[in-house]
Amino acid sequence: MDYAIAALSGVFFVAAIYLLLARSLIRMLLGLALIGNAVNLLILVAGRLTRVVPPIALGHADTPAAGAANPLPQALILTAIVIGFAMFCFLLVLAYRAYQSLEADDTDRMRVAEPRHRPKPPMSY
Amino acid sequence: MNTLIFRTVAPLLTVVMLVFSVFVLLRGHNEPGGGFIGGLIAAAAIAIYGIASGPMAVRRAMRAPPLSFAGAGVLLAALAGLLSLPFDVPFLTGLWANIDIDDTKVAISTPMVFDIGVYFVVFGTISAIALGLEDEEGED
Amino acid sequence: MTVAACIVLPFVTAALLPLLHRLLGDYAGWIAALVAATGFVALLAVAPGIHGSESMAVAMPWVPSWGIELSFLIDGLSLTFALAISGIGALIFLYASRYLHGHHHQGRFLAFLMAFMGAMQGVVLADSLLALYLFWELTSVTSFLLIGFDHTRPAARRAAVQALVVTGLGGLALLAAGVVMHQLGGQWELSGVAGPLADSALYPLLVGLVLLAAFTKSAQVPFHFWLPNAMEAPTPVSAYLHSATMVQAGVYLVLRMTPHLGGEPLWNTTLMLFGGATLLWGAVAAIKQTDLKQLLAQTTLASLGLLMLLAGIGTELAITGAMLYFVAHALYKAGLFLVAGAIDHGAGTRDVTVLGGLRDPMTLTFIAALLGGAAMLGLPPLAGFFAKEEMYAALVSASWGDALALAVLVAGNGVLGAVALVVALKPFLGQLQPTPIAPHEAPPTMLAGPLLLGLTGAALAFAPDVLLGILVAPATAVILGEAAHAPYLSLNFLSPAFLLSLLTWAVAALVWHRFDALRVRLVEFDRRLGWSFDKGFDALYFGLVNLADQVTRLLHHGRLEFYLLVAFVGLGLAALVPLLVMGGMPGRWPEVDLTFYEWGVVLIALIGLLTVVAARTRLFAILALGVQGVAVATLFLLFGAPDLSFTQFMVEILSVVILALVMTRLNLEPTDKRPLEDWARDGAVALFAGSAVTMLLFAVLEGSLDPRLSDFFNAYSAPVAHGHNVVNVILVDFRGLDTLGEISVVMTAGIAVLALIRGARRLRSAPPAADKPAPRRRTRKGASA
Repeated sequence: MDYAIAALSGVFFVAAIYLLLARSLIRMLLGLALIGNAVNLLILVAGRLTRVVPPIALGHADTPAAGAANPLPQALILTAIVIGFAMFCFLLVLAYRAYQSLEADDTDRMRVAEPRHRPKPPMSY
Repeated sequence: MNTLIFRTVAPLLTVVMLVFSVFVLLRGHNEPGGGFIGGLIAAAAIAIYGIASGPMAVRRAMRAPPLSFAGAGVLLAALAGLLSLPFDVPFLTGLWANIDIDDTKVAISTPMVFDIGVYFVVFGTISAIALGLEDEEGED
Repeated sequence: MTVAACIVLPFVTAALLPLLHRLLGDYAGWIAALVAATGFVALLAVAPGIHGSESMAVAMPWVPSWGIELSFLIDGLSLTFALAISGIGALIFLYASRYLHGHHHQGRFLAFLMAFMGAMQGVVLADSLLALYLFWELTSVTSFLLIGFDHTRPAARRAAVQALVVTGLGGLALLAAGVVMHQLGGQWELSGVAGPLADSALYPLLVGLVLLAAFTKSAQVPFHFWLPNAMEAPTPVSAYLHSATMVQAGVYLVLRMTPHLGGEPLWNTTLMLFGGATLLWGAVAAIKQTDLKQLLAQTTLASLGLLMLLAGIGTELAITGAMLYFVAHALYKAGLFLVAGAIDHGAGTRDVTVLGGLRDPMTLTFIAALLGGAAMLGLPPLAGFFAKEEMYAALVSASWGDALALAVLVAGNGVLGAVALVVALKPFLGQLQPTPIAPHEAPPTMLAGPLLLGLTGAALAFAPDVLLGILVAPATAVILGEAAHAPYLSLNFLSPAFLLSLLTWAVAALVWHRFDALRVRLVEFDRRLGWSFDKGFDALYFGLVNLADQVTRLLHHGRLEFYLLVAFVGLGLAALVPLLVMGGMPGRWPEVDLTFYEWGVVLIALIGLLTVVAARTRLFAILALGVQGVAVATLFLLFGAPDLSFTQFMVEILSVVILALVMTRLNLEPTDKRPLEDWARDGAVALFAGSAVTMLLFAVLEGSLDPRLSDFFNAYSAPVAHGHNVVNVILVDFRGLDTLGEISVVMTAGIAVLALIRGARRLRSAPPAADKPAPRRRTRKGASA
């Protein structure tokens, strides 16, 4: 089953990258949300998969049952999900602001920082 | 979205979700749950309330600006870490104390305080973003 | 002690000088002069102890962990240079206190000059190659600041940049040379490098690097062009840096390296060729000039070439001649520059063709000019004369090479003599010419320098104990590595050397006689040629700027999708290339053993993905995003991660809500299409990068998992951390610091979002700026309906 989920993570990557390469900001944002999931799945798979049993010591046991899931990737992913969501919100609002200021959601038309006709460098000392 | 039913049910739903979020937060150390999830549930509750009654009503109900909850959360988490200072152990070392109230043992620990800090940060930040966006909505 | 007085004290004073100048005005220059004089006296105090190959060494730890020490060495060679630096420095500061009287930035000027003096002393006193490099670069930087002191003039800025670029190039070469020497010698101290290095395979490289450093600093052809341009600096700078001290650093370096690198044909021939070429170039260029400072600057070039030539000959006579010439030149050239400054100050112009008859209004200046001119012409019994005798005597032999060098020397010295006559006599003799301001004598502080320098030059001729015993013989001994024979200092009217001196004076007289005619012809020739090294530098410099611009335009094209294409192709290559090159491509056919409900969830995720990508309208795509997110959350639940699952659920719901909140606000066309060629290109790149990452993951799965960390967490979370949910314990206890950092990031993102939203509100409430199109009125009602 590891391989199947690994392949699924690959499909997530393909879809995410395809969306990120679009010129429309909204599609890029969708791609961003997807690539987060793709990476989370990748981390989970790299830590090997186990069915159902969570890494929790039940009752008075001192350690989780044998065959419980690997806790390390889960801890990594949990923080990644929350940080990724905060970043996603930020980028979403940033895109919204860019749209308001520049009247465009096409990245080709957003050229404030790198204008199409930049001045030549000064040719004097 | 602004149907009568939704507006009536939303405050109730919000209260239930907030209580649930605290429950999830406090049981997190031993069972699934914790500050991150609790904070997200609470923030979702705030968002729902905001959509139903308008962000201004939520702000009035919250009394303090939502982002200040986040600030307080980071401060709380850092203080939980600093508690280790007088005990001469490294920053963020877990400390435990058992308080007996009648016959019940209540365990107070710095990791728990830390987790509450996490809860407030997530709750404060996400609800601040949600309310900020809802403000936009209401303005024009 | 001496080192502190020579190096530390100037740097400390330099930091204080702007303040001192504010408090004391012109007298700050006196304090600066006093500091320089302190160094001079401290050096004189140790001078008697240094003769032959005796020396004093000081060292202090610098970077102890790398075994690098800040070490200094005072031996005969460094003593001569250091005495010249501090002695002339004292007079220059006195002069500068008056020359820049009332200038707004005089304090800054004195500070730069003082810092330069400290750096220059550092160059000649340093023993560690790294310290030498450091001080060498510091002289370049202070020289840059001083040349560009009058930074409102483009010519000064250009000259400053030019000097910095050329000497900075040499500085890098010096650093490389230091590293090579360290590799060969095993230590950074130059005094610790044993014997010649000629046997090493790196010898030619080392010679090339050292000579590149020396030639750029000492303005040898073809790097000579920066020195005449450096005359844009105020006159005290020209007198100090660009005649007597900084430009001599190259000569010092060559002499200092002679014991280690010298004596080989490669070293000697290169030095003689470049030195000779520079001597002739400077001599010819001097004739073209009408500006007093330019005349002197070009002869400085010639003198530097001459010194390199003598260093290249490398015999005892030649080295003695070089040291004598260095001392004489430092004194008379600095003096003559100061004279030129005094004439500029007193008469308002430096153009030698319009000056004349100043002997009566500026008698003392005239005397100083005569003293300097006589030394430059090399009249007996001045040091310049003996320097000339020594160098001629060194070359009197039957070999053709020597004869050629002799001819170059005689011709060069002849032209230098002619220039001496022009500078010392032309402005003062003849009819008094009208000048921009009424001619008047310079104030005493400005006369002290040139007069004292001229008198010292004359007095040295009568004090051979000082001239030879302190200034020349110890230095020669260091360079030649043995107790050198006392060079002869006697007039011998029958020696071939004296006959050559007579010939030199004859050439000087002849050139002087025809000076104006020669100038007209040479200038006309230059005009026809239409090219110069100076223009070549401009072409190179701006060519570089242009190239940088082109490269920037190529790489920073401003198309986001191409930046991302490069990034993702790079990602794919980074994942695939190591797998292919180092082996480890997954070879096993993966076994797929999902249960039917797992298959169901995977299928839902795939459908969600496909819909997100292919959705016609954006709103539909957002809903599909929620579908795939919920599918992922379910997968987490199925594979034993309930915490992740709940978090993912909440995040997905909030994401969809927030996206929808924002989306309904954008007034965009409901669909957008990518052109077919973009579609194919983006698809190919996405497939490539995605499969590369999948391959990498497969390869990871084929390897074995290192469970140590997970086992640790599992074993200790309940007994030690009192928590049964291992994931939560990791987050809030084991890796609490990481989580603290993470929640700070989350809060920062929140602050940034609020700032963006409020900024937008302010933008809307403010009236639209005139040069920007007014924000389009968004038809909110239409969009939400």
